[in-house]
Amino acid sequence: MPSASDHVTELVVFTLLFLLVSGMGFAAARWRRAESLDHLDEWGLGGRNFGTWITWFLLGGDLYTAYTFVAVPALVFASGAIGFYAVPYTILIYPMAFLVMTRLWSVSYRHGYVTPADFVRGRFGSPTLALLVAITGIVATMPYIALQLIGIEAVLKVMGVTGHLPIVIAFLILAVYTYSSGLRAPALIAFVKDTLIYLVIIVAVIVIPYKLGGWDVIFGSAETALGQTNPNTGAPKGSILLNANNQLQYITLALGSALALFLYPHSLTSVLAAKNRDTIKKNMSALPAYSFLLGLIALLGYMAIAAGIKPIGKDTNTIVPSLFDQMFPDWFAGVCYAAIGIGALVPASIMSIAAANLFTRNVYKEYLKKDATPAQEAATSKITSLVVKVGAVLVILFLDPQFAIDLQLIGGVLILQTLPSVALGVYTRWLHPWALSTGLIAGLAVGIGMLYQIPNPNNGKEHFGGSAYRLSLAGFDTDKQIYVGFVAVLANLIVAVLLTLVLRRAGAPDTPDATRPGDYTVDRSPDAPPPAASGEPAAVAGD
Amino acid sequence: MSSTEPPEDQRSPDSSAWNWLLLVPIVIPLSTPLFNHETPRLAGFPLFYWLQLAFVLLGVGCTALVYNRTKRRD
Repeated sequence: MPSASDHVTELVVFTLLFLLVSGMGFAAARWRRAESLDHLDEWGLGGRNFGTWITWFLLGGDLYTAYTFVAVPALVFASGAIGFYAVPYTILIYPMAFLVMTRLWSVSYRHGYVTPADFVRGRFGSPTLALLVAITGIVATMPYIALQLIGIEAVLKVMGVTGHLPIVIAFLILAVYTYSSGLRAPALIAFVKDTLIYLVIIVAVIVIPYKLGGWDVIFGSAETALGQTNPNTGAPKGSILLNANNQLQYITLALGSALALFLYPHSLTSVLAAKNRDTIKKNMSALPAYSFLLGLIALLGYMAIAAGIKPIGKDTNTIVPSLFDQMFPDWFAGVCYAAIGIGALVPASIMSIAAANLFTRNVYKEYLKKDATPAQEAATSKITSLVVKVGAVLVILFLDPQFAIDLQLIGGVLILQTLPSVALGVYTRWLHPWALSTGLIAGLAVGIGMLYQIPNPNNGKEHFGGSAYRLSLAGFDTDKQIYVGFVAVLANLIVAVLLTLVLRRAGAPDTPDATRPGDYTVDRSPDAPPPAASGEPAAVAGD
Repeated sequence: MSSTEPPEDQRSPDSSAWNWLLLVPIVIPLSTPLFNHETPRLAGFPLFYWLQLAFVLLGVGCTALVYNRTKRRD
């Protein structure tokens, strides 16, 4: 086990950088200052006024989290090619978001929507459907926040820091500056985060292959190591190419994860903070710079194999920090750890803001206090963001971290079930809200049911062992695997379509649509100030 | 609303034939038979790895082109 006294330089560098960004988090309240932060648009969306650069850093910081940087290489380290799904996943996400997110931005700008459930509420006129979307969003986001802590924990473990106190302190600081600065805090910190990440990765992909003897050697030793038999399954551990059984899984996992990522409430939070449509469109062609980075990060998994890194305990999440520890001088390893640690703060902050906004808009304002003023909304969101982060810390303190990883796996499958109402809703309201609600619930049930059936032979667990579903479990005569979320969302869609046909034929009442076709293409212009600034939706049905 | 002339037909102002180009970077990275090979290698990288990294550029190119062609001129 590593000991903290051997890592003094690393700890000092890590702590200094961590304190620097914490200071920035507090200072962010004054950055691009609004008259007051007592409005959800200001606290939760930074005033909906971020330009191309800030949005690029904010979205990058939001979508590529510390957990990604630690877990994707860990997957490549353990299984090989399948872990590289992260690359196609983050390529195909942007052309899809290019169309859908631009329309969602416009309609949200026009009506003052802050959450995906706000949009569903307006579009389908159904508080029930909106509530289902909001709850799914909150439940899916919570473990994602907890996972960011696991990212920090992996780094601390390699530096020999034990116990949970450092994590609690880090999150306490994060909670306080998010409370006071809102979305401005992660937006400002994201500059530091991404500069550090780019620096670390560019140095890593030059220095480490040089030290290991080149990419030929790295891929060669990965091939040899992955070809060894896994005693738990009797099959090879993995391979550097896909095999006949995991190609379908690779495709569905990449597609399903891409669809899920922009449905997560925190992605929408960063998108809605943009100042106009152009900002979003430009970002969708500039954000893939991060995908390139992520591909290189994934290959750190093979570098770790070639360097003979052994995970601490059984925690493969420690391989990236261990690799840095072995390959770099102490001070630079400290910079690397800070990059991962700060990489956890940015998304954790945005996620807690997104979850808090969902609660405020779609539970508190909808069901508890219909006449809440903008100031009361902002106050509720601020408090809720604290509660959400305390919840994440409690998960880490009192539950097995593996539990958070399982929940996150489920979370991705859950959030995908909001696809028909949110993403398709941007284009059509042909699907009936009752059918959408039923489809959502059916999709959740199918998804959780399938995940329950999946064992993990490596740790002896019988349930929730992964997201790759062997088709033989459903009675098919094949060893092929498929991503659970993909099947669940198909089931969801089939139910929604069939039930819509039945409902329409039976003459079920239609619900009002608060949006009009023109709303999906409005843009900010100098002569038309944002309607949202009033705190009230700009238009209601029939006006 | 923009002050330019409304489009001649009733289609939404953000619909354009250029948008179909966005299908390319969605479909190609999902076509595993295209890149699930070890050779030809590039600088030690098996095809599986370098070609998928190259698809990032394909994605950037297609979205940038569509952005450029569908920009509102005002």
